[in-house]
Amino acid sequence: MTPAALTVAALSLDLGPTRLVDGIGFSVAPGEVMALVGESGCGKSVTAQAIMRLLPDAIRQTGGQVRLGEEDLTALPERAMQAIRGRRLSMIFQEPQAALDPLDTIGAQIAEALRQPLSRVRAEVRRMLEDVGISDPERRIDQHPFELSGGMCQRVMIATALIARPAVLIADEPTTALDVTIQAQILDLLRRLAIERRTAVVLITHDMGVVADIADRVCVMYAGRIAEAGPVAEIFAAPMHPYTALLLASIPRLSDVPKSPLAVIAGQVPAPGEYGPGCRFANRCPRAEPRCATTTPPLLAAGQGREIACFAPLADRRAP
Amino acid sequence: MTRRISPGMWLILALLAGFVVAALGADAFATHDPLRQSLLLRLRPPGTLQAGRSFLLGTDDLGRDLLARILYGARASLLVAALSVSVSLVVGTTLGLLAGWFRGWTAVLIMRFVDTMLSIPAILLAVLTVAVLGPGFLKLVMVLGLTRWPRYTRVAYAQTLQVATLPYIRAAEMAGCSAPRLLLRHILPNIAGPLMVVATSEFGLMILFEAGLSFLGLGIQPPYPSWGSIMSAGRAYVARAWWLTVFPGACLFVLVLCVNVFGDWLRDRVDPRSRGRG
Repeated sequence: MTPAALTVAALSLDLGPTRLVDGIGFSVAPGEVMALVGESGCGKSVTAQAIMRLLPDAIRQTGGQVRLGEEDLTALPERAMQAIRGRRLSMIFQEPQAALDPLDTIGAQIAEALRQPLSRVRAEVRRMLEDVGISDPERRIDQHPFELSGGMCQRVMIATALIARPAVLIADEPTTALDVTIQAQILDLLRRLAIERRTAVVLITHDMGVVADIADRVCVMYAGRIAEAGPVAEIFAAPMHPYTALLLASIPRLSDVPKSPLAVIAGQVPAPGEYGPGCRFANRCPRAEPRCATTTPPLLAAGQGREIACFAPLADRRAP
Repeated sequence: MTRRISPGMWLILALLAGFVVAALGADAFATHDPLRQSLLLRLRPPGTLQAGRSFLLGTDDLGRDLLARILYGARASLLVAALSVSVSLVVGTTLGLLAGWFRGWTAVLIMRFVDTMLSIPAILLAVLTVAVLGPGFLKLVMVLGLTRWPRYTRVAYAQTLQVATLPYIRAAEMAGCSAPRLLLRHILPNIAGPLMVVATSEFGLMILFEAGLSFLGLGIQPPYPSWGSIMSAGRAYVARAWWLTVFPGACLFVLVLCVNVFGDWLRDRVDPRSRGRG
């Protein structure tokens, strides 16, 4: 197995006295797409910000490690970290149009990731624009963001993120703001570039459909912890954590009876700070046992590269 | 993006251009040396033709051609205003950017200093400083520039706070942009519009301040002409020679009015929310 491009270990993030992310860990190999899935507020995006070391002022990392290859990013001085951002570790987000400086040409913004003036790296920027599927790059290179559609802006963001050939790309809901046909194109593009360039991709999303489309592995987060992790095919075929199972069941399908009520998970995600001592999903879990409310289930290996944190997992058909 | 410019606005723009051209081309337009005195031609009314020379706007108490003095006075006015606005724009914007970027204690220190500065009447501070340091063109510019920066700081601070949270600034940060580069290349251009609006309205004020200080004898020093000092000298002859106060006064009035209307117009164009009022 190739060494991981990015390893997150026992990462904890606190907002004042409240623990937002509680000791999560995962790793991504070069060329692999790892999806971090969860509902809003489960800690996906702060995890991404912690990896970039650009957390909002109020949030502190209180434990754990982020390693880029062999290098521990948590120990680096800010100046060294800044040199890594955009070159070895990049990020793209939602709202591609808002993520581009409205007063700057897109060429200049892509060149910025190379820390070079556009005039010197023009050919390279043009090639990159071609690579992300922008037609007529010679004209687009000197245009401003308002002249581009949302999908094109996201392609530009991807070009900016990948031109310096980073080892890791974090994509925080990269397709949420785009319409469905464009969404599929952008996901295909990410997938292709990840494989071609051996980039490790951390894809943050709340959309199981997106996960099924492009991810190799998935990490399901619930309320600041990892509930279940493993290869996408295995988890979609046989989810073991009740939360994963309900999440998958709540995806509307074309085969559903029309107008039948949508499957929902009863109850609400507890707010950070209102977590009990046990499993955080216990209050909504159909399989909860008495000890679920009092003891935290540890994240344990479950064979076939899967991990699960549950005392009452759904029957694992492959278990001996 | 094409918006029509109303006929009234064209007039304002034309008048402004006229003042600038008059100031720049004072050497070409003035038919007389603004400093040349002639005690035989004291206080001649506008339109005087004497000894083969015409004095379109009359002469002052020392027989100097008023038109030439007003033209050169326009140059002094605009030059002082432009330079002092530049000084305060640079100082104020820099402090505002820093306060908005670093927030925390930096912002507290800078913004409380701004509040303090704003609580001191600028004209009083300027009068005091000139009185202590003595008059002089450069000193005048520095005094005006260094007393009027807080408004830029306030606007730059508020705008920086707002722009710094926008996704494209975060994206640039994620791409490894250094703080100075973020500030100068991404934030500054995006807050420049409102700052230009402040600069325009300050420009009008600076013209008034220069005229006021010169009127008090603390600005441009005689024999060099300034609208303020021409009016100051003409004050003694208001009953006999109205033109000495009326013409420079009218120029001052029209110029400041044009600058302010231009400033409002600019604000409406920069900030679409306040559009549709004029």
